[in-house]
Amino acid sequence: MRTWTGIDLGSTTTKAVVLDEGARIIGRGITNSRSNYDVACRVALAEAVINTRFFLLSAELDRAGVPPARRDSWLEEMGRRFREQQYLGQLAVLREILLRLPGASAPEERHPLARILDRMREETDALFAAGAERKSDFFRDIAGSRYLRLAEEEAREKGARFDALAGLFDKAILDAENTPTGEGDFERYGMAAVGRMRTAPPELRGAVERAVRVDLERAGSVGTGYGRARLPFPRRQIRSEILCHGLGAHAMFPGTRTVLDIGGQDTKAIQVDEAGIVTSFQMNDRCAAGCGRYLGYIADEMNLGLHELGPLAGQATRPVRINSTCTVFAGAELRERLSLGEQREDILAGLHRAIILRAMSLLARSGGVADEFTFTGGVARNSTAVSVLRSLVRDNYGERRINISPDSIYTGALGAALFALRGSAAGHGAEEEAAASAAGGHP
Amino acid sequence: MSEAQVRKDRSQERQKQMIAEHYRRLARCGETGEKNVYTYVPGNLTELMRSFHALPVLPEINALQSGMRGKSRDYIAAAERDGHSEDVCTYVKCDIGMKRSGNVGPTGERLPDPDLLLLSYTGCFTFLKWFELLREEYDCPVVMLHVPYQGDGVITDAMRKYVVDQLREKVIPALEKATGRAYDEDLLRENLARSAKAEDDLVWVLQSARNRPSPIDAYFGGVYYIGPIFSAFRGTEDAVLYYRELREEIEERLRLGKGPVTPDGDMGEERFRVVVEGPPNWTSFREFWKMFSDEGAVVVASTYTKVGGTYDLGFRHDPSRPLETLAEYCMGCYTNLNLPSRVDLLARYVEEYAADGLLVNSVKSCNSFSAGQLLMLREVEKRTGKPAGFIESDLVDPRYFSAANIKNRLESWFQMIEQKRSGGGGR
Repeated sequence: MRTWTGIDLGSTTTKAVVLDEGARIIGRGITNSRSNYDVACRVALAEAVINTRFFLLSAELDRAGVPPARRDSWLEEMGRRFREQQYLGQLAVLREILLRLPGASAPEERHPLARILDRMREETDALFAAGAERKSDFFRDIAGSRYLRLAEEEAREKGARFDALAGLFDKAILDAENTPTGEGDFERYGMAAVGRMRTAPPELRGAVERAVRVDLERAGSVGTGYGRARLPFPRRQIRSEILCHGLGAHAMFPGTRTVLDIGGQDTKAIQVDEAGIVTSFQMNDRCAAGCGRYLGYIADEMNLGLHELGPLAGQATRPVRINSTCTVFAGAELRERLSLGEQREDILAGLHRAIILRAMSLLARSGGVADEFTFTGGVARNSTAVSVLRSLVRDNYGERRINISPDSIYTGALGAALFALRGSAAGHGAEEEAAASAAGGHP
Repeated sequence: MSEAQVRKDRSQERQKQMIAEHYRRLARCGETGEKNVYTYVPGNLTELMRSFHALPVLPEINALQSGMRGKSRDYIAAAERDGHSEDVCTYVKCDIGMKRSGNVGPTGERLPDPDLLLLSYTGCFTFLKWFELLREEYDCPVVMLHVPYQGDGVITDAMRKYVVDQLREKVIPALEKATGRAYDEDLLRENLARSAKAEDDLVWVLQSARNRPSPIDAYFGGVYYIGPIFSAFRGTEDAVLYYRELREEIEERLRLGKGPVTPDGDMGEERFRVVVEGPPNWTSFREFWKMFSDEGAVVVASTYTKVGGTYDLGFRHDPSRPLETLAEYCMGCYTNLNLPSRVDLLARYVEEYAADGLLVNSVKSCNSFSAGQLLMLREVEKRTGKPAGFIESDLVDPRYFSAANIKNRLESWFQMIEQKRSGGGGR
């Protein structure tokens, strides 16, 4: 089966999208960029390939005549157990690295460490049980949060040194997450995951075996995002994220004429034509004020999770007016307002409005907001940011259809994959893929 | 080394020697008694100053040279310590900082204190304030020529007379007083005749970019080509010889079908032909240039190379009308054109030079020149149908050159051009 891949190496996360010949999305993968784009790229690609195998598996189940409701229930359970197997694999790597650290040889660290790791292993079942909530899908976040909680318990109950234990984790986690599991994961963990299911239907086993056997030929790849220069691709296979976002947004919502992307460190306002071709764009330039990182900083200052900001700001009754979008000043602004007796919710609402106002200025400079308007990037998941944007767009440009996809984080990678597919149609691709692979490249 | 290379070196070498000699003379003004006049590039009255045997000093040129030599960061810091805010024009701060740090010019020799500050162009309001500051620094005379803005896009007789009257009644008497010499119109005419010769050759060189491939880069190379004529040498025999040599070199490149010279030698395939509005960044000049040349992008026309005169629009200094021609020169500089005229010029460049698009480099600390640039961009885009790009940096403050961001946007813009060219498919 021929596939085309797009990879978006962002400052915070790295995403990969796999397309089939009909430009249908058949796989997606995401990982944290962990200051190592090479590994991030490998992991995101491996995840996208795993996701592709699940897509194939679903098709196999359809072919076998499994009713959709049953199919979805099997895939949900198997998916969870698959993640559990992956988690256990990564936990074993973490254990090995931790216990090898020089600081872990003294009995006062080694014993609590071994106990923590044993308990982490034991609680895996519950962590991936039906309905269990995990703060993140990234190993670093899940393992980190469990490890630190257990280390606190060790310190409280058995007098272990929390700082030493936390320090060991910090040292080990980078190596552990940079020892990626490979594309063979589906084969390795797939059957184990089926075995962990309450009942292991034979149709599912058969379908997994068939899905594993499908030969996935990578017919073309295009890379984009801040880390794109790190990709071992020929120049032709590297595209700017502006073009990829434009095309990706067009693919998700074909009526798109204006795209706003607020990412971790930049904001892009893009105008596209009816074919998704970029006609004009503006980006924040000399300063990253008002980007996603601003909200991250505010969340840290308030000791909140990033995902909690929007809902909290949504409870504001009297939003305060805040003009500065300087990330560094934001903390001072926040404390000043709190000391004046302003409510946390009202301040947060003001901060959200400030960053969206800045985005509005970029939009204006890029040519305004046309119909339809597609909002992408991490900030598009923030409910208050979205509602402020809606009202400002209505006030300034009138009624506009505003599109937000739950998969908007993949917009750039999708655009890149579409470029890869178009490149192949234009006669580029296979020979360059071969050259990149020969040069030690990932594709 | 090819013959063309030897010739190229000849014009560059000549320019280098001209500059070195000029600064040497400036450094020795105290001993030789030669007079010097500080003035600005747009609307500079070099022929008139030289007819009084006065040497011009151009603070913007010193500032950009400091930027290129990596000195501007410290100079700007020195000016900020003195109380100049972060938002003040960085040319000004660089110049003030240079003065604070010993007033050592680009060649490492000390610059003389001015005998006169000649503010011969007022389209940039910062110039007024800048000389106000220098007047405080040096406690020297100032003469101001008020140059009417071409608000309606034309130079009227009344405007011309207004400038000529000021030249007669204010500027010439001030130069006579500062230099101790009488006004010599014959000498002025001789200088103007030499200017016109050099201007002919400069225009030929700039317009050689109409060829495909273009033998020159009219922005990154262009700033070197305009050096002598925009600064201290207009009206000199040296400038005539420099431009004749330069023209011969470019004729040779054209004959050989060569593209422009880049920081890495001769350019390869010409992939993009672009027009640029706005000055270059000087602190990362080479890096900035490479962002273009690495992509196979050639700047075929730029407006920055017209701030000291729009000779390609047909203007030549005319020795038969010495003061009138100087008046017309001052009013015709690019910076003195209204927005519709600038749009006309840019759209004309995109078309006449068969460019793929327009790029605006907007300068952070230059509010007067940056105003209206987006509007111009949209209008040129609309008229030509060619994609426009917008980047932001600064003249000589290295803090405002964010290489990764600028490169990212330039790459996006080049790919946008390519995508439009190919109708949206792969390359």
